[in-house]
Amino acid sequence: MLSPADPLPPPSAQPSLASQGRSALCRAAGLSLATLARLLSGSSVRWIASQPDTCQRVYFANHTSHLDALLIWASLPQAVRELTRPVAAKDYWSRGFVRRWLAQEVFDALLIDRTDIKVHQSPVDLMLREVGTTKSLIVFPEGSRSVTGEIGEFKSGLYYLAKKRPEIELLPVHIDNLNRVLPRGEFLPVPLLSCISFGPPLWLERGEAKLDFLARARRAVLALKE
Amino acid sequence: MNDIRTIALIAGVLALLTLATAVGQFLKRHPDRGLDPAAIDTFNLRLRGWWIMCTVLAVAFWLGTTATVVLFGLVSFWALREFITLTPTRKGDHRALFWVFFLFTPLHYVLVGLNRYDIFSVFLPVYATLFVLARVAVAGDYKRFLERTAKIQAGLVVCVYCLSFAPALLQLSINGPTAESRNVNFRLLFFLILLVQFADCMQYVWSRMLGRRLVAPAVSSNRTWEGLLGSATSTALLAAVLWWAAPPFEPWQAALAGFVVAIMGFAGGMTMSAIKRDRGVKDYGTLVVGHGGVLDRIDSMCFAAPIFYHITLLVTGA
Repeated sequence: MLSPADPLPPPSAQPSLASQGRSALCRAAGLSLATLARLLSGSSVRWIASQPDTCQRVYFANHTSHLDALLIWASLPQAVRELTRPVAAKDYWSRGFVRRWLAQEVFDALLIDRTDIKVHQSPVDLMLREVGTTKSLIVFPEGSRSVTGEIGEFKSGLYYLAKKRPEIELLPVHIDNLNRVLPRGEFLPVPLLSCISFGPPLWLERGEAKLDFLARARRAVLALKE
Repeated sequence: MNDIRTIALIAGVLALLTLATAVGQFLKRHPDRGLDPAAIDTFNLRLRGWWIMCTVLAVAFWLGTTATVVLFGLVSFWALREFITLTPTRKGDHRALFWVFFLFTPLHYVLVGLNRYDIFSVFLPVYATLFVLARVAVAGDYKRFLERTAKIQAGLVVCVYCLSFAPALLQLSINGPTAESRNVNFRLLFFLILLVQFADCMQYVWSRMLGRRLVAPAVSSNRTWEGLLGSATSTALLAAVLWWAAPPFEPWQAALAGFVVAIMGFAGGMTMSAIKRDRGVKDYGTLVVGHGGVLDRIDSMCFAAPIFYHITLLVTGA
């Protein structure tokens, strides 16, 4: 919840009641945002050779729009959604009260510091510590939103995740047309139709090289395009 | 008197749909009749679509004029969504598209609802067009400028402007007893929808039975000259037979309206086929998996609604 150093919102007389109210509010905000995002992006959801499940997973997707994480999160069934945390950039999502509130309280996002990566505090270690043995993650291995709409090369984080926790299912997700709903640099959405496809899970093969694995993971996302 | 006509029309359509559903289910259960099972499935699917359409229309009619205008507004919005999703746009079009979706489309339907024919007849073709041109220019991307703005404009005119003439029928003041005028207007709209759907079917049936010469083989592989002529004639006949349901019309006027509606519906189908062929998709439903293609259902309606509206205007002498 809120740390004591946080200046907002004004302290309440009954902290326990306030925190209860907050969680209901956050839940409602999450649900209505998810519904709004799905309505606005007219998204259809396909599960190709896979099923929604509450088992521990890492969803990895192509990154085209600010709506990506929200929409993947919204496409999951309620029970799965509650166990799933999007991974987001700290420099963007901790700026301003609204963004911080959305990231921390509503989506329970795991914020990663992109600018200050230390050897003893690598993002992958942080992610694994935070998810424990029950939570799932949504990650965008390209690192940032694609400008051209093409899927870029994957960064190595996904490989280290898979190497340290080889039993977690890695689920490829392809997001289609969402870059036209809310392109980079725009803040007003255009309600076109988009599609989210979840593919069959993959795992790191024994002895598979980093680049081979990352290329395979990228191909798995690309394969969902059709 | 007028209510008897409404009831007769509704009862007739319901009876026909029930009969067709019974036949469709019978054919599905007995696949050994030598008929193409795919055609039977298409037929049943189409029937289900009509049941849904009739139910939605009935609820909207029952709720009144405003609800019906809102319903058509939502259909327009969705159709435009499919249209723009299908046509490639560039980032420079984004802001223009935002206003097209969230300002021009709703505002146009508000004007239709307020019966401001003087404004809504020019609002989209003139002001929205000028806005889109200027907004895309200001966005600073000149690549294929005319092509891009034309796409947005075509989408607006077909999906929003033309379709809105259907609910606009509800606002026409038709000579006759004013107490029943609401029923009369709803019957007129229903008459149009009936003719458009019937023309679509007849086009298919006549093409199947006698179709030899394709109108444009590269665009559509099942629309023939024989189908067009057959559909126009049978729709004219149906309209003449049902003239009592459409109050301002004499039988010959109803027949003429039916004839023109069938030809315009054909034109709408051909136009959408051409766009789909260009983009390499079969129907708008498969454009994004899981969405039923609204545009596939209303293409003929979009083309037929304005002409039917204006014929009615002429006949009533308004």
